Amino acid sequence: MKDKQVDVNGTIPSALLNEGMTAHERQRRRLLKGASASAVVAASTVFGVPTIWAQNIKNVTLRQFGTGVSNLNDVADKVKEDLGFTLEMTALDSDSVAQRAATQPNSFDIADIEYWICKKVWPAGNLQAMDTSKIDNYDKIVGIFKDGKLTPESTIAQGTAPHTVGFVDGPDGKNFVDEESGWMTLIPTIYNADTLGIRPDLIDGEVTSWAQLLDPQFKGKASILDIASIGIMDAAMVCEAMGEISYGDKGNMTREEIDKTMAILTEAKKNGQFRAFWKSFDESVNLMASGEVVIQSMWSPAITAVKAKGIPCVYQPLQEGYRSWGGGIGLSKNLSGLELDAAYEYINWYLSGWVGGYLMRQGYYSAVPETSKNFMTADEWGFWFEGKPSEGEIVNPQGVVMEQAGAVRDGGSFEQRMGSVACWNAVMDENQHMIRKWNEFIAA
Amino acid sequence: MISERLRLSGISWLQLSPILMILGFFLVLPILAIVTVSFWSSTEYSYFPDFQFENYQYLLTSSVTWSVYLKTFMFTAITWFCTLVIGFTVAYFLAFHVRSLYTQIGLFLLCTIPFWTSNIIRMISWIPFLGRNGIANSALMDMGMIDQPLEWLLFSDFAVILAFVHLFTLFMIVPIFNTMMRIDHSLVEAARDAGASGLQILTNIIIPLSKPGIMIGSIFVVTLVMGDFITVRFMSGGQSASVGRLISNEIGLLQYPAASASAVVLLATVLLMIAIMLRFVDIRKEL
Repeated sequence: MKDKQVDVNGTIPSALLNEGMTAHERQRRRLLKGASASAVVAASTVFGVPTIWAQNIKNVTLRQFGTGVSNLNDVADKVKEDLGFTLEMTALDSDSVAQRAATQPNSFDIADIEYWICKKVWPAGNLQAMDTSKIDNYDKIVGIFKDGKLTPESTIAQGTAPHTVGFVDGPDGKNFVDEESGWMTLIPTIYNADTLGIRPDLIDGEVTSWAQLLDPQFKGKASILDIASIGIMDAAMVCEAMGEISYGDKGNMTREEIDKTMAILTEAKKNGQFRAFWKSFDESVNLMASGEVVIQSMWSPAITAVKAKGIPCVYQPLQEGYRSWGGGIGLSKNLSGLELDAAYEYINWYLSGWVGGYLMRQGYYSAVPETSKNFMTADEWGFWFEGKPSEGEIVNPQGVVMEQAGAVRDGGSFEQRMGSVACWNAVMDENQHMIRKWNEFIAA
Repeated sequence: MISERLRLSGISWLQLSPILMILGFFLVLPILAIVTVSFWSSTEYSYFPDFQFENYQYLLTSSVTWSVYLKTFMFTAITWFCTLVIGFTVAYFLAFHVRSLYTQIGLFLLCTIPFWTSNIIRMISWIPFLGRNGIANSALMDMGMIDQPLEWLLFSDFAVILAFVHLFTLFMIVPIFNTMMRIDHSLVEAARDAGASGLQILTNIIIPLSKPGIMIGSIFVVTLVMGDFITVRFMSGGQSASVGRLISNEIGLLQYPAASASAVVLLATVLLMIAIMLRFVDIRKEL
């Protein structure tokens, strides 16, 4: 019977079929309340369960919000095309994202947040854990998000490593657990390794260390991002590279470490080291493109945005390693029934490759690289993932030429980049103290 | 007789009700909510009803608060002075030097044209102009006046104040122009006939009679600058803080109770400033 339905409906998602009967019962009860209930039920007896699905899933609207990074309208359009339902996207900055996830549970169905935000907002109880047995590609998800190791030999970096907040002890679990419990907080979607961006045309000599952010050579031409929880990490990378402070854990500093770090930064600020601080993606692009700043904390797509203007800009690999971040999608506590099934369907689709390929062609990494490979050309895969010189022009998803033939990605291959992560974006136990100190630094 | 009085007072309350409702819903209620929340407690991700003074205690004892208030007062004082000088001069020119009413109206409208665009746009357009490789610096360098680009033009307190003056001068011009237009020109002529100099006319007639306008403009400018956060953030490149930015940061970090406490203190400060300003001029009498 099920086979027949697949023929009739073409692209019935397999996960929905597995769930067919219970879902059918649920749906039937709902439909019986409707005005056209009898007609649809009649149809369902003829065509069976999935017909109702195929028709009703189209009426589902899922509201997703997150940072601009992965809230892309192209994704929403493709969801409509492939899955039939509507995905409404709202892009916000990191602070607003955390705020909304913690305080406005009714305003979203899917939260696209970072792992450190997850640590902060999960205790608010607005998200529900996901059953990994319903995730088709769970086994193929990169180890970073499961046991924390990229390869069996990898050491786990400092900070809020994604796997430490990736699992809880049950469907309603409030406590994070260390092992793969089968209940995931966020399904990883996108991640990258961040470093400093530089303008090679305006800089004499090599930049090899985080410490050079405070190099007097760049006085009045440096910038750091003013999002406390991320900025403090970059600051810590700098102070450690300078040899001024050695941290127990940069992702969870003691009060003393925080005070020392901010003292060094405040002194640099008073000496006029910084040109500006930036808070949004666009600001970082403008600072770099206009030449106001020649070295600063930066995000990967900001580099590509500067390059797209024809201005040289390098995402400089540094000897101390990268500061890394990862994002994932979490489900609102309020999702149930058809919407919840649609959300699982969306997650499975997300990991099935198209989005991964799309994001990887912008310089991010996908949680399931194997599936993304099918949606990239061999040359793109070689350039973005394997760190090989490109054979032809490298074009971004919007069709803009990013690199000429023969170019090599800054920092090399996936293993080289994600293998030298020094620290993950984090939220600290002394978060409030850190924020106060950061505000003092900004006001200084 | 009593019922008649009741009826009349009933009617006047009825007539008052629209404004009472608007002010009640849109002014009193939100302020009460803010005051209430300012006594609540918060953790990193949530806030809950409580009655404690920690928000105020931290706010009033933190050195950051004091330095930020000092900075905000500095921005306010300098902006107020600049807008007053420019605003008064422009209004004086419009009211006393331009003879034809049509030219007056035309020139006055000219002053408002920049306000057809959003004030964020007007502010941001300064950034490429003042930048290191911006028009101002390249022009000065072409003229040979400087060898090195002037770094302090952008992302500095100078840039913040420049933007404030640009954005808020009109708020000074309009009320001053308005009061100046009501000054009887025969007063000026009489003073001149009596042998007063231009300066004496200005200080003895025009300034005293323009006081209500000056005061209204000053209230506009002071409240706008005290409450601003976006201009300070953009024009200082995020390097300066103002009270508004402090509040916006706290909101961003989910610290609503702390943000409410800051807002209450800011409100009290601004009200105090306005009260002091109103001691100098009785606006109601003068209008």
